[in-house]
Parts: sequence; structure tokens; C-alpha cells
Amino acid sequence: MTATVGVAVFPGTNCELDSIHAVETLGGDGKILWHSTKNLSGVDAVIIPGGFAHGDYLRPGAIARFSPLMSAIAKFAKNGGPVLGICNGFQVLTEAGLLPGALQKNNGLKFLCKTVQVRVETENTTLTRKAEKGMELSLPINHFEGNFTCDLDTLNSLIDHDRVVLRYCDNPNGSIDDIAGVCNETRNVVGLMPHPERACDLLLGSEDGKVLFESLLGSN
Amino acid sequence: MRIGLAVGVSLVFSVLVDVSLRKGIADPAGSTIERSLPTLGFLGVRDVGVGKTIRFTIEAEGEEEAKNKVESICSTFLTNPVIEEAKITIENTDQVEGN
Repeated sequence: MTATVGVAVFPGTNCELDSIHAVETLGGDGKILWHSTKNLSGVDAVIIPGGFAHGDYLRPGAIARFSPLMSAIAKFAKNGGPVLGICNGFQVLTEAGLLPGALQKNNGLKFLCKTVQVRVETENTTLTRKAEKGMELSLPINHFEGNFTCDLDTLNSLIDHDRVVLRYCDNPNGSIDDIAGVCNETRNVVGLMPHPERACDLLLGSEDGKVLFESLLGSN
Repeated sequence: MRIGLAVGVSLVFSVLVDVSLRKGIADPAGSTIERSLPTLGFLGVRDVGVGKTIRFTIEAEGEEEAKNKVESICSTFLTNPVIEEAKITIENTDQVEGN
């Protein structure tokens, strides 16, 4: 059966079509979810894509978290539904409390737009179950506020419970412990700063994001 | 609380919320400013922190109610408690809002 992936769109989201393209390249169906909807029926997985939801005013994700769609996504996640937040989507998920920590301005205060190497740290999430631990992926980053931070107790708990999903091989933004992506306790909600949807086609320079989308789609 | 305020009439308070990063949270903007000051000839400047201020007015029956409302606004929306804290200053403007 073809997986249907709902892709959240807030005013200011700008990576929804890239995400849908990646999903459809891998045989899934992409479905736009406007921020005012609460209807996730027929959706097998949700992506909160990158962009500047509500202009990133106040803080990235601070306004988006109060939308009707986010309460529906929180419920979907609570029932075990796979949720992937990419870049701004990761920021939205931390603001909504669905993922721990917060994303601060990059060290050096530069907007970073380049390809980086990240390492898969666990296979035990909905995003990495088809990947291999230790595998290095070449993925684009495109952010100003991607510096993952959390208190020491939270960091220790993330490490102890194998919840660091991706680490940068060469930390570009100052993220604590080189963290590029984390998951929730039940391992079905994953947030990451790199953009795997922009690395699913050789035309774009890398297909390394495919393994992550294949995991999300549950395809073989 | 003011005595003798008519029913349906509120006081107007002016609010200043000073949002800063919690201790121990890296402050890239503050560090960048601190590093650049000596190159401009300003020596001896330490502990630079960059935050934001948010100003608004709020209607309430008294200062206590205004304070409770503002604290709730801060914790649910204006700050991310994971990395930020807020210092709240409330002043009675001596204006009255009625309906």
C-alpha cells in the first residue's frame, strides 16, 4: 500500500514542495496540510518542512505551535504516528514540546547554507530504521538558528536513551555534542536541521537523504 | 487594588518584559559583541548578554491580576523556558478603561 505523507504548511513554510517531491520520488503520496486543519485522516506520516513559519517572529516555531494543525500532529504523534521535523520543522517541534531542547542562533552568527556530513547514531527511530548506525550522509543545511542546546540532564538523558539520531562529523553551528537530530522517547518523532528532502535526487548532488525517507515511508 | 472602581472598568498597566538567555546557555550574539569591543578600543567590558524587550499595556482590575496575566503570557508564549527567562516590570498608567 502506498504511504500517504502529510506535509504541514504554515504561512512562511517554503520546503513543502521539495518534501512532497522526495516522498513521491520514493513512491509515496504527498498531501499538503494547511495549518488551520485538524484533519489528518488517511495520513500515514507527517513532515513539518523547513521555512519561516509565521515569519519566525518572536522565535522560530513560537507562533506555529499554537495552530490547530499542531494540536492534531501532537495527537497523531501520541498515537505513535511518525512525525519528521526538518529545519524549521525541528524548531516547531521543540517549541511545541514534542522534542526536547531548543535551537539557538548559530555560533558565529552566520546563516549557513552548505552541504555537511552527518553520522547516523541510531537505527532505532522511524527515520533511520533502514539506515545503518555509523553511516555517513552528505546532506545540505540551510539555517541561522540550528545550534541545538539543552541542559546537561537532558543531554545525558538523550545519550543514555540512544535518542541522538544524527551528529555532525564537523560541527558547523555550535550544537551541543555535535547534535544534528534527536527523537522523542517513543522514537516516532524525529527532528533534524539538515534537509534530506534536498538530497533524494542525483540531479541535486546527493541521494543520501533517500534512506531516511525510505525509513519514514516504511517502503522496502 | 483601587477601591471604588465601577463594575466593568479596568485599570491600564504598562508592561515591560525583558527576555534574556538563562545562565549557562550560550549567547552567540553577546559573545560576538564582547569580542569586537576591544578592537574598537573599548576595554574591560565583560558579561555582554543580548536579549529582547517586549512592551505592551494590559487591562486588569489590579496590579496582582496584571502580574498574573503577564506571567502567564510570558511562560506560554513570550519566552521559551528551555533557554530564556523574563524579568517583568509593571507600572500603573493611571488610565482607566471602561465599557
